[in-house]
Amino acid sequence: MSSTLAEKIIAAHVGREVGPGEIVVTPVDVAALQDGTGPLALMQLEELGLVQAHNPARTILFIDHAAPSPRKELSNAHVSLRRFAARTGTVLSEINEGVCHQRLVESFASPGDIVIGADSHTCTSGALAAFATGMGSTDVGLGIATGKTWLKVPETFRVVLSGSFPAGVFAKDLMLHLIGRIGADGATYMALEFTGPLAAEMSMPERFTLANMAVEAGAKTGLFAADETTRVFLAGQGREADYRPLTSDDGAACARTVEVDAGALEPTVSAPHTVDNTMTVVDAAGTKVDQVFIGTCTNGRLEDLRIAAGILEGRHRHPVTRLIVTPASRSVYIQAAREGLLGVFAEAGATVTGPGCGACVGVHGGILGDGEVCVATQNRNFQGRMGNAAGFIYLASPATAAATAIKGEIADPREFMEDQDNQ
Amino acid sequence: MIFRGKAWVFGDSISTDHIAPGRYFHLRTNLPELAKHVLEDASPDFASQMQPGDFVVAGRNFGLGSSREHAPRIIKLAGVSAVLAQSFARIFYRNAINVGLPVLELDTAGISQGDELEADLAAGTVRNLTGGGQLSFQPLPPVMVKILNDGGIVEHFRKYGDFNLET
Repeated sequence: MSSTLAEKIIAAHVGREVGPGEIVVTPVDVAALQDGTGPLALMQLEELGLVQAHNPARTILFIDHAAPSPRKELSNAHVSLRRFAARTGTVLSEINEGVCHQRLVESFASPGDIVIGADSHTCTSGALAAFATGMGSTDVGLGIATGKTWLKVPETFRVVLSGSFPAGVFAKDLMLHLIGRIGADGATYMALEFTGPLAAEMSMPERFTLANMAVEAGAKTGLFAADETTRVFLAGQGREADYRPLTSDDGAACARTVEVDAGALEPTVSAPHTVDNTMTVVDAAGTKVDQVFIGTCTNGRLEDLRIAAGILEGRHRHPVTRLIVTPASRSVYIQAAREGLLGVFAEAGATVTGPGCGACVGVHGGILGDGEVCVATQNRNFQGRMGNAAGFIYLASPATAAATAIKGEIADPREFMEDQDNQ
Repeated sequence: MIFRGKAWVFGDSISTDHIAPGRYFHLRTNLPELAKHVLEDASPDFASQMQPGDFVVAGRNFGLGSSREHAPRIIKLAGVSAVLAQSFARIFYRNAINVGLPVLELDTAGISQGDELEADLAAGTVRNLTGGGQLSFQPLPPVMVKILNDGGIVEHFRKYGDFNLET
């Protein structure tokens, strides 16, 4: 039988062939909590008398959403995570180590794994050909305690990527375009599987950006094949031994297929207040912007910071537009510092923060004022997302965000990239 | 199980940020307090004016966004008997069943704000006592019926000491 990536990974875990719609109880390889969802999971485990971890070395508690803590209630939530880690021997990813999804791909998730995380963007690790999916606190808590979870085997929605990115167009633009096309519920309950010649050519950071936003189309995970690019990435993390090739079978049945030609794309934004409310930057240009935020598990990686710095170098943010730059992890931060990128941002007038979820989740460090407009490289623009229901969020690529910071209004990155390639 | 209450009508794409806003992140370890702000960014009066037993009625893709289980928990804690929507986002749906909040998929277009509704979970019907008429909802998947009947995933686990869900 021909199988999709999702079916292959689940089948390997349960020891038999599986098909869409089947309910399986499966071993879990990696389980993750963060400081917003973790305390509730731990309370549930206390209630069940299950304060334990089946696989402590691959159970990670991330302190990233409110890091460093802006309030005593959150400091106390952090204390509860540290206590659990100390009691059970699980891994604690402290303040400053980075956003859980970036840390998971750097150090924990591997091809063929089943990864569950109490954070909806856990699907990011799908770019490494791991079946990685977000769940609630209780589901992940039980997964941590027992080493198992239940899953419905998803149908697969195949996205065939072809062509090459024109100047000024990036993986983020492609994903926003795709979600605009299929809708915020276009892939509900399904596994997105990214294939085609462009998927094979994409760098790991580009793949992470796409997989990260699978949930914004309603999907359970967003998968790429594990190939030579995956191997090189893992080797760079000192994890070459975790690599194994993994692809879906030709002819595996998919519920739906969509083709995207990157060559036909324009720089794209999602306008308030839904991710599928997309338009081209050309159409959105001129909208006044109060704050630009470059960072997050979607676009806070080194490659993203290089693109933004390439545009901001020798330039300054517009006087009325604040600029916040938040590297996704400590290793991204260190490398960006070594390359001089953080200095470029500082000279351009940016507030450079430590790694974390920062402004994206509306907890601290960049909350919008009433009526203010933000252009952000994150994955969500829901009403209230950045801490104020009276704020307006546009999602964009790091290049569009950087160009916008300079002009003080939504701006086309191609204006600032005449002599540059995308890379 | 039969529920009776008033309809609170919301639109499409009600996100977990509408239900449990990020600015109350610090209340996530204090659910009764967080429940006082439930759905605040979609309807500022809802939490203070709804009565126990009332229904949340919405359009497409209810609960999209974050995995925060707090969202269905505070809807339940506020006293909402069930959420009726044209469709639900995946993680919210699973979380709702896990915490014992009925989530019913049906065509909600004909339900108006304030309509008195009666939902019969076993019969799979919702009667509109104000506007007239009866609607049927999509039966829950068997795995969800099992978890809901056990009183949520925690009670399920207490009962069996393990997952007992495979088909």
